[in-house]
Amino acid sequence: MRAGLAGWAFAAPALIIIGVFFFAPVLGAFAVSLTDFDLYALADLRNLRFVGLDNYLELLESRDFWRALGNTCYFVAAGVPLSIGASLAAALLVNSRLTRLPAFFRTVFFAPVVATLVAVALVWRYLLHTRYGLINWGLGGLGLSPIDWLGNPHWAMPAIILFAVWKNFGYNMIIFVAALQSIPGDLYEAAHLDGANGWQEFSRVTLPLLRPTTMLVGVLTVAGYFQLFAEPYVMTEGGPLQSTMSVLYLMYEQGFKWWNLGSASAIAFLLFLIVLAVTALELRLSRRREAA
Amino acid sequence: MSPRLARTLVHLALGALTLVTLVPLLWMLSVSFMPQGEASAFPPPLLPHHATVANYRLLFNSNGAGRYLGNSLALALITTLCSLVCNSLAGFAFAKLRFAGREALLRTLLAALVIPSQVAMMPLFLMMKWLGLVNSYAGVVLPAAAGIFGVFLVRQYALSIPDELLEAARIDGAGELRIFVRIVLPVLRPILVTLAVLTFLGSWNDFLWPLIVLTDQSMYTLPVALATLSREHAQDNELMMAGAVLTVLPVLLLFLALQRYYIRGILMGSVKG
Repeated sequence: MRAGLAGWAFAAPALIIIGVFFFAPVLGAFAVSLTDFDLYALADLRNLRFVGLDNYLELLESRDFWRALGNTCYFVAAGVPLSIGASLAAALLVNSRLTRLPAFFRTVFFAPVVATLVAVALVWRYLLHTRYGLINWGLGGLGLSPIDWLGNPHWAMPAIILFAVWKNFGYNMIIFVAALQSIPGDLYEAAHLDGANGWQEFSRVTLPLLRPTTMLVGVLTVAGYFQLFAEPYVMTEGGPLQSTMSVLYLMYEQGFKWWNLGSASAIAFLLFLIVLAVTALELRLSRRREAA
Repeated sequence: MSPRLARTLVHLALGALTLVTLVPLLWMLSVSFMPQGEASAFPPPLLPHHATVANYRLLFNSNGAGRYLGNSLALALITTLCSLVCNSLAGFAFAKLRFAGREALLRTLLAALVIPSQVAMMPLFLMMKWLGLVNSYAGVVLPAAAGIFGVFLVRQYALSIPDELLEAARIDGAGELRIFVRIVLPVLRPILVTLAVLTFLGSWNDFLWPLIVLTDQSMYTLPVALATLSREHAQDNELMMAGAVLTVLPVLLLFLALQRYYIRGILMGSVKG
């Protein structure tokens, strides 16, 4: 009994904080999303009206929401495979038997992950500068004409994707390195004795054994990339022509620029449901694959 | 392929990747020491002609960087301290103390890990407004003072503490709090360092919530101030790079010093999924 009381007492501070500042607002968000909470309600709660699912229906009919969702899906669909590919390549290099100073390279590749997103996004905005940026200078060296990266609606999202890959590949690399190190060495020896070349070792031994890790990394990265916000906020302000407006950015503008907190809450919930659905789909696909 | 050639190729690839990773950071550092306007030239200068700290001086003297640095530092430290206390107590309780409802709570918390934080943000803002905490340190610290991930991080580690150790202390008549401070905390030290590093970096780098809840410029953290400044001074590349260095350098140094602990946190997080 004494231990029971102590258990509650020990868990209480964290549970109270998580309950009051996370669970309560999450439930509250659903309630708010069913109202027309706006600037008038913010001033005087008597102006608040219950509107049922109107916020959701309005969003599903709004061009801005679909546009933002499309942009976000573009970012996820292109950014996730590129990021994971870069992570895996870096992990294979770092983990190679031939590599000297693996710890040094691992630290270097991880540096962008810990660097403050806003700060390095600013650096990249400058790297991508049409006239003075290093990237266009490099393209010029290859004989290519300069690209108006952040000013052209066709190039702004690819530029942000490039930046995101640079910023994040080190994170999954760490997870891949750990998985690679857990593959028993005698499997490679056996493959070697059977006359497998480097590529065959990779495709027949390494890749299949990495599948659970790749799946995990994929699910986490997809969920993370759906939260795109600070990159466009700093680099493009959602432009040009809304080509980098993400769902979370739309939520921020609706909520804290126009003070449509009802609509913003509905956006947050829709995004959550979409991520949940995509995650469930990924898990189901991976299970089916495993069964096959 | 000869082993020597293979080794060369691997290191060429590593070198290229190192270059891609480091050039943006090194260029940021280099441009931050250039006099105003020097970096707006073609071809882009790689190193400052006459290195100067004028940008840093300008940042501190007329752009209030000292204030933002202080805010960021204070918020990250207070958040880290709160999260250490709350999460270690709860993590230990969930691992080693039996209490009614423990398993159900644990399952609820685990399931809630999938809910992204922005879902809570609109009501959280209203709550902070009613509590009078908009534009205060407490408004930033409280929602991060404990977290589901932190509780689980400590719990996973605390599971390995042998029950006999705790029983022996109980038989000797020690109270639970005394057992926690004298026996449990020393064992938990490595995971608490991990939690501290993760929390500090997370708080320092956090952007969306501070942007929402800190409405007065004098309360801004470095990332929020930097994002705001960059909209006003879009052309002052040298000044912005100095601001970026000031923001990034502390966390990079902290990471270099404690990366072992940080990486352990990532691996535990990913195993847990």
